[in-house]
Amino acid sequence: MAAPKRGRSASAQSKPGRSLALILIAIVALTGGMFLSGNTTPRLGIDLAGGTSITLKAKADQGSAINKANMDTAVDIMNRRVNGLGVSEAEVQTQGNDNIIVNIPKGTNSKEAQQQVGTTAKLYFRPVLASEPSAATPSPSPSTSSSGGSSPKPGASASPSASSSSKEKASSGSSASPTSSATSQGRAVTDALKAGSTPPPSTSASGSPKASATPSATPSASASGAAADAAKLQARYAALNCTKPADRANAGKNAKPGDPTLACGQIRGTWYKYVLGPVAVDGTEVSKAQAVFDTQGASGWQVQMTFTSSGSKKFANVTGTLAKNQSPQNEFAIVLDGDVVSSPFVQSAITGGQAEISGSFTQQEAQSLANMLSYGALPLSFQEQSVTTVTAALGGEQLHAGLLAGAIGLALVVLYLVVYYRGLSLVAMASLLVSAILTYVIMSLLGPAIHFALNLPAVCGAIVAIGITADSFIVFFERIRDEIREGRSLRPAVERAWPRARRTILVSDFVSFLAAAVLFIVTVGKVQGFAFTLGLTTVLDVVVVFFFTKPLMTLLARRTFFASGHKWSGLDPKGLGAKPPLRRTRRPAGPAAGSVDPKEA
Amino acid sequence: MSKLGNLGARLHRGEISYDFVGKRKIWYGVSILITITAILGLAVRGLNMSIDFQGGAVFTTPTGMSTSVAQAETYAHDASGREAVVQKLGNGSLRIQVAGIDTGKADQIKTKLADDLKINPEKLAADLVGPSWGQEIANKAWEGLAIFMVLVVIYLAIAFEWRMAVAALVALIHDITITTGIYALVGFQVSPGTVIGLLTILGYSLYDTVVVFDSLKEQTKDITKQTRFTYSDIANQSINGTLVRSVNTTVVALLPVAGLLFIGGGFLGAGDLNDISLSLFVGLAAGAYSSIFIATPLVADLKEREPAMKALRKRVLAKRAQAAAEEDLAADRAAGADDDSEDTPAVVGPRNQPASRTRGRGRSSGKRR
Repeated sequence: MAAPKRGRSASAQSKPGRSLALILIAIVALTGGMFLSGNTTPRLGIDLAGGTSITLKAKADQGSAINKANMDTAVDIMNRRVNGLGVSEAEVQTQGNDNIIVNIPKGTNSKEAQQQVGTTAKLYFRPVLASEPSAATPSPSPSTSSSGGSSPKPGASASPSASSSSKEKASSGSSASPTSSATSQGRAVTDALKAGSTPPPSTSASGSPKASATPSATPSASASGAAADAAKLQARYAALNCTKPADRANAGKNAKPGDPTLACGQIRGTWYKYVLGPVAVDGTEVSKAQAVFDTQGASGWQVQMTFTSSGSKKFANVTGTLAKNQSPQNEFAIVLDGDVVSSPFVQSAITGGQAEISGSFTQQEAQSLANMLSYGALPLSFQEQSVTTVTAALGGEQLHAGLLAGAIGLALVVLYLVVYYRGLSLVAMASLLVSAILTYVIMSLLGPAIHFALNLPAVCGAIVAIGITADSFIVFFERIRDEIREGRSLRPAVERAWPRARRTILVSDFVSFLAAAVLFIVTVGKVQGFAFTLGLTTVLDVVVVFFFTKPLMTLLARRTFFASGHKWSGLDPKGLGAKPPLRRTRRPAGPAAGSVDPKEA
Repeated sequence: MSKLGNLGARLHRGEISYDFVGKRKIWYGVSILITITAILGLAVRGLNMSIDFQGGAVFTTPTGMSTSVAQAETYAHDASGREAVVQKLGNGSLRIQVAGIDTGKADQIKTKLADDLKINPEKLAADLVGPSWGQEIANKAWEGLAIFMVLVVIYLAIAFEWRMAVAALVALIHDITITTGIYALVGFQVSPGTVIGLLTILGYSLYDTVVVFDSLKEQTKDITKQTRFTYSDIANQSINGTLVRSVNTTVVALLPVAGLLFIGGGFLGAGDLNDISLSLFVGLAAGAYSSIFIATPLVADLKEREPAMKALRKRVLAKRAQAAAEEDLAADRAAGADDDSEDTPAVVGPRNQPASRTRGRGRSSGKRR
């Protein structure tokens, strides 16, 4: 791996300008990309920027295995929760096999976030009493007449097409619904038998708004308690603007399973607001849910769910009632942690405990919905491993300290190089600078690209890397000096030194990179950030030495200041103790003896 | 520079050299002594594990607290019902450690503590760790260490040879043992940061070793075709030849770490920076030592057991004895020269070497025997 190709050096030495131009272009391009993408600073980790970082470890219980799918679902749901708090920069990531890291930037109520994250998901099926798209400018409530909790709704006409066209439909899972092709845009729940005999797709898709503004009391009428409460709910519903994150967070807050509530849901990119009835079926009563591709009915991806025996009874009841209603009151909402994730409509009672939700799902959507449904049934429980709260002040201080330490370290290294290598240190400094620029730019770009966040251990890694990078130059310089000591003039010395230095650099950098890679893959937490920076800088070190230091050295070797061995060039043959006369006498035996001769160290 | 440069040049030419390989027994002894001390220290004193390994909380107050350390200890004890360790940091903030509390309870403690200290709870930085988290980090680190060692041995065995791989591994274990031993003996606290530092030593210690091995490999490529030097001689010359580089590398690596240590220790007082840099500092120093004094001599030792190398050594010794005899008794010259030309194709003969160097080498190798 580290064995260099002989051929490369020839081209590199003949056209040093090309490599320099190449790396310069790369720097300019990367920097340009950085400014274009608007991420001009690396994303800072919680320990530097302030905020709360929570590490959770999954515990296998209730027969649910800790696997990638389950963990991804958990991450998905936690993401929903923390970002539901009104902060959008919170991030949730898996780490290792069974850890989840939740990073919440400063400015959020860390305690609430912590509570939110720790609890298991709550999934409910609630009947929909009213729903409409939530506009950015809240229009006066279309569902005006509210009486005694029954919500008759002439107002459904507010957006008939929108609500129905984007709906999924739920149907009995025992057979592929033939209606599906007709209502590929809609979602309906149908019984298996009826689905076969009565395909009424258009009724729900287009007929709902005016055909019958049924003032008939919905099933929720009995459930909703006092009229005053309902009126209050209506008022809140009118005011609710689901496009506002803060509103969303508060919509379904403290909702009791037995009471109607408000909720928001994003369906096909549009936010809908809902008034929902009491919980009809609990999420734990779903025993299984999976995304399947319907090969027979051409309805594409759909989600099949199986209920437990008590769940299927309840579900049969509620779908039976719902099927009699008009849109949107024939819908039930699948509510996860207060958010409506889906609200399929029902065409007939679904008995038998098997149901499927179809619609124009993509595979991903179906998978995600199925995951959510399963998660309600099979919660992974999580244990808090560590909670780190860093105040912004402390974070700033640590950042400051890290940068200061880096500056001091760099200054010391530069000082040492100048004292020891004199003129050559210019090459080293320029290379360090290029390396630093590349590291900074790439770190900035990696922030949004792979969620790389610069934390304190990562800063440490970068500082330690100064040594590794500088060492490559030292190896190269020492080789050149050895060649000069052999009595060569600078230009051949550089070219002879390079292949050997190159091999050493590659071999040693490879070992260093191997360490970083293994650490990055195996370890968790802080160690990972450190390993990442170390690996990145090691790779950049190789790039810089190959495409910058070497060509630069080749170019400089042509300058008289260096070539003549000026006292301050760091390549003064006299200062290095070269013995020029040796060269002639040794030359003939050179190639054969070269490999054994200890001089060429 | 000129002095150093001269030193480099003289090392390079072998005018001055330290007989690392010849005196290896001394250094093996020193290392074994240090290692035993380290192991004893580990066994007797054990490591001072930080709160991350027991579970607990570390609270850091804002800077400029007027509360005294003793007072804060009382507050923390009141709030948690456990003994608390309070440190005043360089920047005037307080670091309060309470071991063995639940992550769940820590919230209440934090609120109470913030109340007592008369600061806003949101301004109190808290690091709550469950009892198994630090252990998990450490376990994963050991796992990483094991995988890395296996991979590196494979890599070195392919890129160089198995003897070098073995020697590098011994040097690596040596470094890690010494570092942990120093931690046990001095009583530095072991935190996940320390583990990070320790793991970095892996890469670094090998990095140094690999550079010496690289030069060793290059110089011993055609070793059997000459009779001037035994493997040990060349190994020694390799070390001496790369000594300047090794010293420079170590200095350059230690300087930034020293910067970290200074800032981490002096400015922040405690925390990741300090922990990482401290273990790095100790480990890097041990790594530089081991690559010179342990790894390469060990390779030489292993190599010298090879039949080919044994034969070479015999030839070299014979030649040297003969050369000595030549000087003493000119009469025997003819017979000796016959023997010589038969034995070796004479690639590197004294004729090719300048007089001064030959003498220098001759002396140093004479000393070695």
